Formats: sequence, structure tokens, C-alpha cells
Amino acid sequence: MKTVKRTIGTMALATVVMVTVSCKDGNKNEPAKPMSNEIHQEKMDDKEDMAMDNSQDAKAEAILKDYFNLKDALVNDDNSKAKELGNTLAQSLKSFDASSYSDSEQNELNDIIEDATEHAEHIGESDIAHQREHFKTLSKDMTDMVAITGTSMTIYEQYCPMYDNNKGGAWLSMNEEIRNPYFGAQMLKCGKVQREIN
Amino acid sequence: MKIVKIIAWIALVAFVVIQFFPVDYNQSETVPQTDFMLVNNVPATVEQSLQVSCYDCHSNNTDYPWYSKVQPSSWYLEHHIKEGKAELNFNEWGNLSDRRKNSKLRSIINQIEDGEMPLDSYTLIHRDAIFSEANKTAVIDYMNKLKDSLE
Repeated sequence: MKTVKRTIGTMALATVVMVTVSCKDGNKNEPAKPMSNEIHQEKMDDKEDMAMDNSQDAKAEAILKDYFNLKDALVNDDNSKAKELGNTLAQSLKSFDASSYSDSEQNELNDIIEDATEHAEHIGESDIAHQREHFKTLSKDMTDMVAITGTSMTIYEQYCPMYDNNKGGAWLSMNEEIRNPYFGAQMLKCGKVQREIN
Repeated sequence: MKIVKIIAWIALVAFVVIQFFPVDYNQSETVPQTDFMLVNNVPATVEQSLQVSCYDCHSNNTDYPWYSKVQPSSWYLEHHIKEGKAELNFNEWGNLSDRRKNSKLRSIINQIEDGEMPLDSYTLIHRDAIFSEANKTAVIDYMNKLKDSLE
């Protein structure tokens, strides 16, 4: 009897192991995420229809809005908020569709979006020092994106010469007044307006 | 006592069973033209450091240790290598745009400077993968130079 029990127990365990393994494979695919992505995309498409012409700008504008929110979280030294907004930005970036631009613009835009997405995703999982490092490159990506897509907003390119061991760091803002996302409260007003876009 | 025996048996059987699960080994005979070493003019010492400390998880060819043949450690390695390659694959360096190269170089420099790479769990066994101070400086200097040349 005991041997039977033991055998049954062992078989049960082997089954459990197999099930666990197949579950592990199943999780890898994670069908849930892309689906929510599609929903997001649909919403964006609706907006696009309403906007009629300038459809691409609506999406670029949504990306910029997410970027500005992220910047504000960094200004406020808010690590967890920045994580959240980094992930939001990554989602908006992924739903960007460059198809209405010329071939060379598409190449450039897709390259920018791919790069920016990676930085946004890293911001979604890092401490604040790392978030700011990624934000510097992300800001460059955003600047290059706006150069192609254009925008209806007035944007200020601002610059703090002290960030990154005095190598400097630029960022974009909707307000002319300086609020430094690289130093936060430590040096809130360090920086100057470098350029006005629009 | 009986319980202990039973648990030991179960563990043993489970251990044997999982040995039969297949693993994707990350191995490739050829080095593509897009490899970091072929695209760039890398000094020999830096090349050596990168090969020893980075290429196991950041290229298409891993020099597997003996325990990679034993489960569950092969799953553990498989997972790490997959993640490592998704983040950066030195074999495909030439396929990246300047913008992407710049971002990758930035991350490489930061991670090595902060001592985050190579991973502690990797250097625990691969003692030779730990950067000496001289090697670390040489690698970072080279990466910085490469980055400046892109900007």
C-alpha cells in the first residue's frame, strides 16, 4: 500500500512539474498586453478621425503630453510617479504610426520611436538617478521627433550646463520659466531657455 | 522519518524528470559581419575584456559551463542570456543606427561604471569576468571615445 501511495505521489509531482513548465512557456507570450495596446490604438484612431487632417500631429502631441508629465514628475523628485509615467509614455510611443510620412522621415521617426521607447521603459523601472540619465537621451529623441512632426504647441528647449558632470543636459517644456528636471528641488531654477519651438 | 524519505524520493524523481526538458542553447559557429569587433577598430585588450566579461550573454555564442547541462541551472542561464541579448547583442552592432548605438554606449558605460555589469551572479562563478581597475578604465575610455565619434 505504502509503495502505491509513494508511486502515486511521485507521479503527481511529476505532473505538477510538467504543468509548471508549460505554464512558464505560456506566460512568455502574454497575450493580454498587445490586446490592451490595440484598444489604446483604436482610441487614438478615433481621435485621429475627429481631427481630420493633421492626424499624425495628434499622436505626436499625445507623446509630448506624456513626456511633459514625466518631466514634471522628475522636477518634483517623484520616483514612483516618474516610473508610472515612463510606462505611459512607452505605451503612447508604441502606438505611434509613421505611415503618412515620406520614406526617409519614416525611417528617422521609427528609429527615434524605438530609441525613445527603450528609454521610457527603463524610466519605468529605475531609481531616480537612472531615470534622469535616460531622460536626457529621451529629451534628445523628443526634440528630433518634433523637428519632423511639428507641433501646434509653443515649446521651449531649456538647458542646464551643470547636469551630467558639467556635460550639460537639455529638455523640453511648455513653460518658459525654468523648472529643472535633472536636479529637482536641489537646483530647481538652474538653466536657461535655449530655443523656442513655434 | 518516513516523511523525510518520501520528500527526498519525490525531489529526486522531480530532478530526474526535469532533465528531460529541452533547452535552447545559444551557440553559433559564425561571427556575423555586424559584430562589434568587426565594425569597430577595437584595441586587443578591450576586445579581450569584452569577450570574457560580456559576450556570454550579449552575443549569439555562449561558452557554456559544465553545469549548463544540468537542470534547473540551464533554465536559469537560458533566461539570463535571452534577457541579455534583448538588451544588447554585440554580434548585431552594425545593424544599429547611430542614435541606437549612442544609447547603447551610454548604457554600457553607466552599467560598467556603476558595477552593475557584469552581474554578480555571473562573476560568482566566472571569476575571470570581473574587470580589473585597469581593464575597466580601458573599456570605459574606449566606449566614451566611440560615443564621441558618433555625436
